[in-house]
Amino acid sequence: MKIGTPRERVEGEKRLAMTPQSAIALKKLGYDCLIESGAGSAARFSDQAYRDAGVTVVADAADLWAQADVVAKIRPPGQTEVEMGHAGQVVISLLYPGQNTELLEALKTRGLTALAMDMVPRISRAQKMDVLSSMANIAGYRAVIEASNNFGRFFTGQITAAGKLPPAKVLVVGAGVAGLAAIGAAVSLGAITYAFDVRPEVAEQIESMGAEFVFLEFEQTQDSAATGGYAAPSSPEFQAKQLAKFRELAPNMDIVITTALIPGRPAPTLWTKDMVEAMKPGSVIVDLAAERGGNCELTVPDQAIETANGVKIIGYTDFPSRMATQASTLYSTNIRHMMDDLTPAKNGVPVVNMEDDVIRGATVTKDGVITFPPPPPKVQAIAKAMPKKAVVETAEERAARELAEFRTAGRRQTWMLAAGAIVTLLIGSVAPPTFMQHLMVFALSVFIGFQVIWNVAHSLHTPLMAVTNAISSIIILGALLQVGSSSLIVGVLAAFSILMASVNIFGGFLVTRRMLAMFQKS
Amino acid sequence: MHSALITAAYITAAVLFILALGGLSNQEKAKRAIWYGIVGMTIAVTATVLGGVGAVWLVLIMVALGGVGGAIAAQRVQMTQMPELVAGFHSLVGLAAVFIGLNADIEAGAATRALSDGSADKLSGFAATLAHKTPVELSIMRVELFLGILIGAVTFTGSIVAYGKLAGKIQSKALILPGRHAINIAAGIACLLLGILYFYGFGIWTMILVAFIAGAVGWHLIMAIGGADMPVVISMLNSYSGWAAAAIGFTLSNDLLIVTGALVGSSGAILSYIMCRAMNRNFLSVILGGFGASGGSAQAIEGEQVAIDTDGVAAMLEDAESVIIVPGYGMAVAQAQQPVSELVKRLRAKRKEVRFGIHPVAGRLPGHMNVLLAEAKVPYDIVLEMDEINDDFPSTDVAIVIGSNDIVNPAAQEDPTSPIAGMPVLEVWKAKNVLVLKRGQGTGYSGIENPLFYKDNARMFYGDAKKSLDELLTRLH
Repeated sequence: MKIGTPRERVEGEKRLAMTPQSAIALKKLGYDCLIESGAGSAARFSDQAYRDAGVTVVADAADLWAQADVVAKIRPPGQTEVEMGHAGQVVISLLYPGQNTELLEALKTRGLTALAMDMVPRISRAQKMDVLSSMANIAGYRAVIEASNNFGRFFTGQITAAGKLPPAKVLVVGAGVAGLAAIGAAVSLGAITYAFDVRPEVAEQIESMGAEFVFLEFEQTQDSAATGGYAAPSSPEFQAKQLAKFRELAPNMDIVITTALIPGRPAPTLWTKDMVEAMKPGSVIVDLAAERGGNCELTVPDQAIETANGVKIIGYTDFPSRMATQASTLYSTNIRHMMDDLTPAKNGVPVVNMEDDVIRGATVTKDGVITFPPPPPKVQAIAKAMPKKAVVETAEERAARELAEFRTAGRRQTWMLAAGAIVTLLIGSVAPPTFMQHLMVFALSVFIGFQVIWNVAHSLHTPLMAVTNAISSIIILGALLQVGSSSLIVGVLAAFSILMASVNIFGGFLVTRRMLAMFQKS
Repeated sequence: MHSALITAAYITAAVLFILALGGLSNQEKAKRAIWYGIVGMTIAVTATVLGGVGAVWLVLIMVALGGVGGAIAAQRVQMTQMPELVAGFHSLVGLAAVFIGLNADIEAGAATRALSDGSADKLSGFAATLAHKTPVELSIMRVELFLGILIGAVTFTGSIVAYGKLAGKIQSKALILPGRHAINIAAGIACLLLGILYFYGFGIWTMILVAFIAGAVGWHLIMAIGGADMPVVISMLNSYSGWAAAAIGFTLSNDLLIVTGALVGSSGAILSYIMCRAMNRNFLSVILGGFGASGGSAQAIEGEQVAIDTDGVAAMLEDAESVIIVPGYGMAVAQAQQPVSELVKRLRAKRKEVRFGIHPVAGRLPGHMNVLLAEAKVPYDIVLEMDEINDDFPSTDVAIVIGSNDIVNPAAQEDPTSPIAGMPVLEVWKAKNVLVLKRGQGTGYSGIENPLFYKDNARMFYGDAKKSLDELLTRLH
């Protein structure tokens, strides 16, 4: 069967859903590939490159839609495109079915089977086709690049002969894929990077990328596992607290990158007008949520503006498209993985298997029926977070606890001493004085042993074991005293004991010496 | 030699032994400390021999033979076989204690007979000292003898089993007999009854029987302990051999034996305690055994293990600035300490920070890894303990796990149902990348599934650790 990719019709869209490289992989799955002439030019893939990869270049979109059995796109198909389709044709693209009910109707009436790449469930197996992640990664990186382009200073701090240059301070709001990518890029440019997220469990990820987690003290926190790893709307109290924190941070930040999105809702307003006004002139705000209304109150979608106090607010919605070659490569790879799952027999025939969690989740129309929204996936995307039980104790609590522990230890020690004294007295009441003298030696030696061994370095425990083993063969003295006995059997047993103990003495000391000789300082 | 002189010699020897143990507090002093031990032992033995031992020629022959045997064993042993060697040596002390105990009883019999027919002044050596004992002292001696033989026999067979398990001659899995606690208790009661019989003068056969029963208990006790707990077992047996020596010292009224036995006994006990704490295990539950057999209903792990090839590893290490290596028993098994050392040398030459994180129970003997690394000439000041290095993982680029499993298992912290829950572990998964050198996909020694291998930042470098590292060294210059 044939899989085709038309030129994207949306103004300014430079990406496309098939690259020469992905076409080669698709052919291995048994598909013939088609491409509309000039579709790849904006992403720097020439028609010739496609021909070289064995792709048939088709003159116009109508022809392509007529020939192809599967159409792979990026932007949701427009009205004209849907009308070019035919019944039974499979369309794979971003569809945003939640917001595009009209489009779903149109696809259904036309009899198209539509798979929404943005509806691929977030389970481990489906990561390879998660276009939201691969595009967000680019957006996050590009956001930092755009910010740097509009920012009049270095990111990294320097002390030069011409003066001291302070490092830029970057705040990333929302640590999803885009946020983490932005943190990575900002940190590697040398900026001091802070990051905030409503999901406390991402603190570790933030810190692992080299940024500092902006900690918000709040009792009720959300567990994102229930929402498939995305953030959910937070309570008004939490929001108030969060805004107060941002207000406190605003005057110190040079660059703010907002990436906060909640699935199926307009972007939450996190950076208000007064915060923008509190920022220093020359600061830059990059709003990655501009397409959905923006996290910043003053954001104008698709535009870069400058406020009266000299703060630039960048509201572009086409960050991935600005890196069209890279974005096309990643997107087309995601598409190829999707086709991989759709073609289990590798024979070039797509099978939309509604039993498969991933395919079921992505499919929005099939056989003239709208199948959106899908049932919840059988596999939970992320394991439920364990409630953290480690409660930080205050200084007083700790002091109290330590005191209590000290007291119990003291009480226990007293009891043990008392018991020990009674046992010794009991023994002393029957045993002769010579025995008691030996017992004293014994008890003192045990205590010396305890004191001495606690100080032995952990790395020397093996030599310690070997040396105590050698010393324990002091038992040879007993055998030495017995070996001269008149009884034959005693003599023989004693002689054997001497033999065994000597093996131990020599072996133990020599092996310890061998070990210790190996320890070297660098 | 005058008996006061002998005592003087014993005092010197005892002081030297204490210094020898105390000197192990750091590596430099330890080299001197070992000489204290050797000198102490020489003084003690010489003084005893000069003090009047019947058959000096026999003593000399036996010491020479034993010395040659011990020296050969010490020279030949591979550093990775240290645990077996120590366990094997313990068994000798245990058996010697049993022999000496039995001898003491025979001599006591001879002494009583000599006293009754008036020939006591003809007795020599040990029998002569016994002849001076009062009846109370003789009954106390019987208790001491009983203890010495009992502990000695347990040490003897227990050490042999420990040796067999460590050397791979006996299956390392815990042997769980039905009603094993009942068996142990029954055997203990039998020994106690025999001891009481012996106390009332039923003769030496009771003690021989005790030796056999205690031997069986020692065998059974250690058979029931899984291979992963062997470090605790060895130091426990070490402790036993000390207590046996102390008990014999009481019997023979020899203070040096008592002092040394007590030193060894308490040191072994402390080592066992330190190790149990490092594994967050109760000492009693380790000794009663059975661990390492039940898998527990651990949480199912999702995800897959992602493999990496040699070139990928080389690239990862080229990019890294800080590296922490966490070795385990697998490094010892593969004899990979030399290539590890070479890897460290090359990475350090590239000005990368390389350190080692050693878990207290890594390997099969406490401090096992330190000895192996020292053998491969890894400088000891970059080899750190778990507590010293655990906080540094988040700022580390690559953590390399070589043949360790349970000691880096995040389930200990994350999964309360895991059999190792609560055990302190090295938090390698907090490093930016974790490289795991492992033979295959199987579980580790204790049979517990390790979620570390499924983490996003973990890469599996399959194969024999030594071969993998040798291959890796060809890609790093």
